[in-house]
Amino acid sequence: MSIDKSMNVLIVDDYKTMLRIIRNLLKQIDFNNVDEASDGSEALAKLRAGQYGLVISDWNMQPMTGLQLLQEVRADGRLKETPFIMITAESKAENVVAAKQAGVSNYIVKPFNAETLKEKIEKVLGHG
Amino acid sequence: MDNAASTARAMSERLAQHLSAAPPVSREEIETVVRAVFATLHGDLSSRDTELLAEVEELGRTIAAAKAEIAALRVDDITVSQIPSATDELDAIVSHTAAATNAILESCEALDTLGASMKGKQADILAEATTRIYEACSFQDITGQRIGKVVGTLQAIEAKVAHIVEAFGDPSAAPLHNAASTHGEAALLNGPQLPMTAMDQSEIDRLLASFE
Repeated sequence: MSIDKSMNVLIVDDYKTMLRIIRNLLKQIDFNNVDEASDGSEALAKLRAGQYGLVISDWNMQPMTGLQLLQEVRADGRLKETPFIMITAESKAENVVAAKQAGVSNYIVKPFNAETLKEKIEKVLGHG
Repeated sequence: MDNAASTARAMSERLAQHLSAAPPVSREEIETVVRAVFATLHGDLSSRDTELLAEVEELGRTIAAAKAEIAALRVDDITVSQIPSATDELDAIVSHTAAATNAILESCEALDTLGASMKGKQADILAEATTRIYEACSFQDITGQRIGKVVGTLQAIEAKVAHIVEAFGDPSAAPLHNAASTHGEAALLNGPQLPMTAMDQSEIDRLLASFE
């Protein structure tokens, strides 16, 4: 069974450049339905209003962080099963542990490469 | 002079307590102690009184020297000009690198569009090259965060310098808080680690796997 690449993917980052990079990398692996948000609260509003098969989020954003977004998603009955990948420069063990405890599906440390992104997406979508 | 000696001992103990406690002794407190010491001196001075007086004079000279040294620092230059200027320069670096990165990305997107109309090995080579460019462009996010940390440090230094000046001019200035003290999730938000201390992706993968 192959991955449904027509799914909506929400990418969340307060750096517009990073959103552009991730969007282009996703496009190269045939994820063309990509939506963007610049912080956790905007992302949460989009998630509650739409249908997304995957969330790829930065951590360090204001006013709502990626961790808070993850906690909100996991506490929401409709959204709680949504695969959630954290992509962040926060690389301390306590960060990884906190994200895992909050229910993160996978964790990518910046700077990352396209292969790592592809591998983690395939893993969280059940084909890794 | 038994009473005076007893008072002097008490003053000495008070001074010692102040010196070991935080925040440091204020100018007003030192002045109070000095006045109290002088109030104990009546009639002819004994050798003990003279010794005490010499110590008080030395204390006064130390305070005056410290004030002169702080004044010589021209702290206004630091807080009004130098640190804001350094912060502006760093902001300009972030802005210029962002503009350059976006120009690179735009060109890269044009190459991707061109690549979509190509077939075979040439298309693969082009796609591989643009992927490497996208990956490399993520430097802008990392350097932006690192520069943001430096700007934060500069602002903390600016605040502390301003506090020292304020404390010398105004004894009622509020105690300096430790800006580095954070709790909860804020303590987890530290930005990029230096390469020698950061965990790499394979270490993070192993840590995540340990939960399964």
